[in-house]
Formats: sequence, C-alpha cells, structure tokens
Amino acid sequence: MRRLLGKGAFALSVLVLISPAILVFLWMLSLSLKNELDNTAFPPVFIPNPVTWMNYLEVFARNDFLLYAWNSVVVSFSATGVALLLGVPAGYGIAKMRATRLAGLILIARITPGLSYLIPLFLLFQWLGLTGTLWPIIITHLVITLPIVVWVMISFFEGLPPELEEAALVDGATIWQAFRYVAMPLARPGITVACILSFIFSWNNFIFAMVLAGRETRTLPVAVNNMLTFEQISWGPLSAAALLVTAPVLILTLLAQKQIVAGLTAGGVKGA
Amino acid sequence: MSATSEVGVLSGAATAARRRKNYARQYVWFVVPAAFAVVATILFPWLFTIYVSAFDWRLGSAREWVGFANYTKLFTDERFGWAMLRTLFYTVLAVVFPLILGLAAALVFNRKFPLRGLARTIFILPMMATPVAVALVWTMMFHPQLGVLNWLLAQVGIPPSMWVYSPDTVIPTLVLVEVWHWTPLVMLLILGGLAALPTDPYEAAKIDGATSLQTFWHITLPLLAPYIVVALIIRTIDALKAFDTIYVITQGGPGSSSETINIFLYLQAFAFYNMGYASAVVVVFFALILTLAALLMWTRNRVKL
Repeated sequence: MRRLLGKGAFALSVLVLISPAILVFLWMLSLSLKNELDNTAFPPVFIPNPVTWMNYLEVFARNDFLLYAWNSVVVSFSATGVALLLGVPAGYGIAKMRATRLAGLILIARITPGLSYLIPLFLLFQWLGLTGTLWPIIITHLVITLPIVVWVMISFFEGLPPELEEAALVDGATIWQAFRYVAMPLARPGITVACILSFIFSWNNFIFAMVLAGRETRTLPVAVNNMLTFEQISWGPLSAAALLVTAPVLILTLLAQKQIVAGLTAGGVKGA
Repeated sequence: MSATSEVGVLSGAATAARRRKNYARQYVWFVVPAAFAVVATILFPWLFTIYVSAFDWRLGSAREWVGFANYTKLFTDERFGWAMLRTLFYTVLAVVFPLILGLAAALVFNRKFPLRGLARTIFILPMMATPVAVALVWTMMFHPQLGVLNWLLAQVGIPPSMWVYSPDTVIPTLVLVEVWHWTPLVMLLILGGLAALPTDPYEAAKIDGATSLQTFWHITLPLLAPYIVVALIIRTIDALKAFDTIYVITQGGPGSSSETINIFLYLQAFAFYNMGYASAVVVVFFALILTLAALLMWTRNRVKL
C-alpha cells in the first residue's frame, strides 16, 4: 500500500514537472484553432469548437509570411553550412593541438551578449552598403553557430581513439587525408549534433535580424514580433504565426532528442 | 610507434616526439579559416566598440572625440543605475529558481520510470522553442482581463494580478517566463552529473542506515556541487544576457520599470542612435559579465578540489 502511494506521488511529481511545458504549447495550439470570439471569451474556451483553420489561412494570406519563412531558411542553412565548413576542421585542429586556450576564447564568445556585437557590425555593414541584403544577417549568425560547432566538435574529436589516424599517417597519408577519410567519417554523429544545435539556435535568433533586417529581409521571429506591435488583439492569427515559427524546431527536438541532449550536456552550449 | 626499431628506442622516441610536434604545427591550418571568421565577427567588434565608446557618435551627424566622457556620464546617469539594479534583481531571481527547480527535476528524471524518454523530451521543449513565439503566448496569457492566467488564479481563489502591466509585478512576471524557458537546461546539466555519480558511498550509507534525506544532504549534494556550480555559471551569464523575451513582452515597460541593462543598451543604440554612449554601456556591461564569470570559474575550481 505504501509503495503504491509512493508510486502515485512520484507519477504526480512527473506530471507537475511536465505540465507547464505541455499546457503552454497546448494553449498556443488552442488559440490558433479558435475564432476571435472564442479567443477573447471569459471564462476561456479551452477546446476549439468548431475548429477553424481561418487563422492559418490569414497568416499565409498576408504579411509576406512565405517570404520571411524563405529568408529564415536561407539564413539558418547558410549560417549552419558555413559554420560546419569552418568549424569542423577547427575543432579537429584544436583537439589535435590540445589548444585549450583557443577553446577558452570560444567560451568567451559564448558569454558575450549578442547585442554587444551589433553596434560595430551595424556601422560596418552600413559603411559597406550591405544593409537590405541577407548577407549581414548570415554573417552575424556565424557569431552563434561557429562557437557551437567548434565547441561540440572539440569534445567529439577528443573522444576519438587516435590509433586509426596514426595508422593512416604511418601508411603515408597526409594529415589532411587522415582528417578527411578517417577522422571525419568517425565523427559523423558529432557533426549531426553540431548541425542540429547550430540550426536551431540560428533559427530562433531574434536580435540580429531585428536590428539588421530591412522590410524585405526579415526573418520569421522578427516578422512575428512585428505582428504583435501592429495588431493589438487578434490572438488567433498571432498564435498561428507563433506556432508556425517554432514548429520546425519543436519537431526537430522531438525527432533528435537524443543528439540534442548529448550536445547540450557536453558543452552547455546555447545561442547568444 | 611502429617506426621504432630495436636500434635505438630512445632516439626513435625522440623522432616520434619531434614528428608529433611538427604535425601539431601543421594542424594550425585547420584552425586558420575559423580563426579568421572569429577575428572578423567577434574580435573586431570588441576592439571597434572600445574605439567608438570614446566618441560622441550619433548616427547621421558628425562624430566628435570625447575621451572618457561617455563613461563619466554613464556613472552619473540615474537611468543606467536603475537598469543595473533591475538587472541584478532579475538575475538573482532568474538564477535561484531555475537552480532549485532544475535540481528537483533532475532528481526525478534520474529515476527509471515508464515513458521517461518522452517525459524528458517534453520537459526540454521550452528551451528549444523560439523565444519570440514563447514570449507572444505568454503576453496573451498575461492579459489582465482576458488572459487565461487570471482565470486560473480565480479558480483557486487568488485575486487577479496585473502581471506585466504593473511596475510592481513586471519583473517577477518576466522571471516566471525565464524560469519556464531555462529550467530545462539546468536540469540537463545536473542530470549529466547525477549519471556520473559513484555508487559506493550510497551502499555504505545504506549499510549505516542513513535516511534518504540524510543521503541526499550528505552524499548527493556534495558530489553534485561541481555540476551545480557549472549550472550556476551558465544560468548567471544567460540571465544577465536576457533580452528577447523581455523586449517582446514589455519593451522595458510599463514606463521603464523592466528596463534592464540590455534593454537600456538597445534603446540607446538603435532607438536613439547614440552609438558612442551605447558602446560605453557595452564595455561596462561586458566587463561586469567577464568579472562575474571569472569569479564563478574560480569558485568552480575550488569546489572541484
């Protein structure tokens, strides 16, 4: 009897822990599927009846939502791609040289507030005449993605057994070949982790595009924030837009939770 | 090394060491491209910010060299002082609560139970979610007349709150969002620590007849200390850096009652275009964060023993 009671209490504590997360997302979903009348009803209507897709149609119909979605895709993929291209070899080099001081420098990038990069970069991009293109946003997103990739890759390459590469070197391979054909294939799981994390934190980033984007170059978080400022109380479309922005990330988290947990616990990394 | 022959193990080892050193130098080329990007996007901004902070640099008008005037102005600026105090208040709350809750959650998730993987994934969803989207939903929930939170309070007999619409409650309310958002990260960091705990002390405690509370207080907590300190460091830095949710939910309002250093900085730079003054804020703010981080790192090294 006491054991059963203990089990019940434990189940309850699990429920208490996960309910804030579940309830907020469900409420978001609920708001996005109700008409305006139900959304502003008091007491609140919890279960949408009738279910309406109007809010989603409305989001796609105006606000150039698709353009902003495309911007977000271009920025996140480019920033992640460039970060992988530069960061995977860098992580390898740092791990091989045991250059802990270089790794420390990357940690400093992790603790710097994103805003503090923006003043000089803003002035620089203005001077270069790049404002109004996606370039400034992609380049500034490297500030987030590159440290994540390097950090995850260092810990991953350090965990690889060195014997295989050494055997390749003894057989006459160059260090570049040893990296490309021995270490990199072995590190594929680590590259996946780095890729997922850097994509998510680039996708979620708000402040860089908030400052640097023009009308045509907004990313999704900026576009959604603008919806809030311009229409006070149309909760349905707002929730629909918010859900659409965060849905790719939530789905990715559900699919790749193992990799994400491994990567986050390895370095405690998080975007600027 | 297979190259070492029986002729001279010593000289063979020496060549191997030399060769390894040569290799180490060659690995520099792996790092150069990334280092170049880091210099361009991270190091250059730091140096340039320090340079700009010595000017009266307003966008669209002439700039003038003023030396340390921006800094002296900063230390007499009451608005900045208040922003500092608010940031401090916010940071303390936004560190303490996630640490306690994250520790509790980690203890729960460390036990084996059915559907643990799914429950853990749901628990970490908030920290992966897009901050702007999260902030929007909370804004709607905080609505004093139509928000779902005041309805919930009414159900348990608590009078409605003004949430972010009153200067008295705005900061604790924003902390609530931060706690919801970032407790999962603390949980993950401490869970990693729990997984690495040795089992022997627990067996000894069991034999000695210790209660579970005693075991937790005298064994688990001390062994976990290094992980808790790491979580503390990360949480402190992130709380100081908090911007997205505060900006989206209140933009520093009502009035300036939720204007933290970050919001103050943003307004100076990109609403008033006072680039010089804002750069001075960046330098002071960054020095503050670095000092705190160094202090916490030092604590961590002492805790590690």
